[in-house]
Amino acid sequence: MLLERKNNLAAWQPTATLERLQQRATLLAKIRAFFAARNVLEVETPVLSHATVTDPHVVGIPAIFKAFGSTEEKILYLQTSPEYAMKRLLAAGSGPIYQMNKAFRQGEVGKIHNPEFTMLEWYRPGFDHHALMDEMDALLQCVATAAPAERVRYADIYQQYLGVNAHTATTDQLVEVAREKNIPLHESLSDRDAWLDVLWTHCIEPKVGQERPLFLYDFPVTQAALAKIRHTENPPVASRFEVYFKGVELANGFHELQDADEQARRFAKDLLYRKKHQLPEFSVDERFLAALAHGIPDCAGVALGVDRLIMLALSCQKISEVVSFTFENA
Amino acid sequence: MSVYTTNEIRGGMKVMIDNDPCVILENEFVKPGKGQAFNRIKYRNLKTGRVVERTYKSGDSIPGADVVDVEAQYLYSDGQHWHFMTKETFEQYVMDDKDLAEAKQWLKEQSDCVLTLFNGAPLAVVAPNFVILKIIETDPGVRGDTSGGGGKPAKLETGAVVRVPLFVQEGEIIRVDTRTGTYVARAKE
Repeated sequence: MLLERKNNLAAWQPTATLERLQQRATLLAKIRAFFAARNVLEVETPVLSHATVTDPHVVGIPAIFKAFGSTEEKILYLQTSPEYAMKRLLAAGSGPIYQMNKAFRQGEVGKIHNPEFTMLEWYRPGFDHHALMDEMDALLQCVATAAPAERVRYADIYQQYLGVNAHTATTDQLVEVAREKNIPLHESLSDRDAWLDVLWTHCIEPKVGQERPLFLYDFPVTQAALAKIRHTENPPVASRFEVYFKGVELANGFHELQDADEQARRFAKDLLYRKKHQLPEFSVDERFLAALAHGIPDCAGVALGVDRLIMLALSCQKISEVVSFTFENA
Repeated sequence: MSVYTTNEIRGGMKVMIDNDPCVILENEFVKPGKGQAFNRIKYRNLKTGRVVERTYKSGDSIPGADVVDVEAQYLYSDGQHWHFMTKETFEQYVMDDKDLAEAKQWLKEQSDCVLTLFNGAPLAVVAPNFVILKIIETDPGVRGDTSGGGGKPAKLETGAVVRVPLFVQEGEIIRVDTRTGTYVARAKE
């Protein structure tokens, strides 16, 4: 029996080498030092929460809690990001905060996806998304020894690579671009944002951010998520940014929406989308909305995939090379 | 036949795409952080041999194909038809000369091979990775040559032409890698 177990090597060994795990530890320490030097407070918020997100394409993994002696089962959710809890801390007057913790996403398994991953998320009162991009740039130069990042507006990059206006083009126009570019889709997509995503992943993403990180900013309002929308622009844009480096999406940040009513409307819209597409509907996080109603400071925040950052910093190709054990052999 | 969803699709699986049997080469999960999940699936059409990529929405399903690989032996050819027999069941199959593609240049009578059957009919034949064949025609080599560099064409008993080192002579038996069509070494019968 013992010999049989010993011989079953594949079953127990880590997927990362010990050398990589040492390098990983060094990089994690660098990240913490980066924030300590800037007086950003490290916080921890619950991984297990009563509420989860309503995002159409981000799903929490449920976990069942049962008190000893009780028969009542309570469904909780592993966090998809610490965003709501960290904003509750901001509302309580925490000042600048960061967190490096595990986040979980239902169904996401692949070469650069693990359903459980390490997320770095931080919030900066008084920053807008441009000021936060400056800090992100400094972090990437410090941790991944990246060259200074390039910044491009969402609309400009679609114009440059595809000659299409990402804010105003109709779904039919996007479908036509996809056809011209010979994107082989199995089945048509109903949703305009999905067409923008497909054009991005097939035609733009592989060509950008290879030498230096690319910061893509000012998103279509339909992809505002939790970002402020600047209605003063024509057309209006969402103060959101994403970070791409070597074909990998690394981070997503917002100049954070402060308006609780607007936030509640966006949640309702998410739930409507979920209903329409027969996806499970979750209840809205009322504690988060209450914190917004109380008031959070004008701030910017961003979440970064730490495993992916380490993967790039160490010139690896797969997440499995930089985590001790992947989902498959956890 | 079973149906697979995108998350079950793995390299090597045989599926039906556009009514053709295909073998999956790669299945990459693609998902923008806040966007919809896709799978970029690369496959080879087993009828045409073409390698194609297609993007599916995650959760889409693809029907499996009744395709099996069986070990067989090449018996003989009458010029137009090639005759095979499976090793396990001794069933005989006939394939058209034009459907044999590149495998035929490596097969001689009694050779082992793998027959791909689709709905019970032979679809393709694959030669073993390595075959041992006799050289029936090549220019005489130059004396003193070692195996490095240069080389010359040599025609094999099956009709295939491979590059061999100059010291290898007509009538000799050599080992060839059929995947790359290259000479490996001299061999003994």
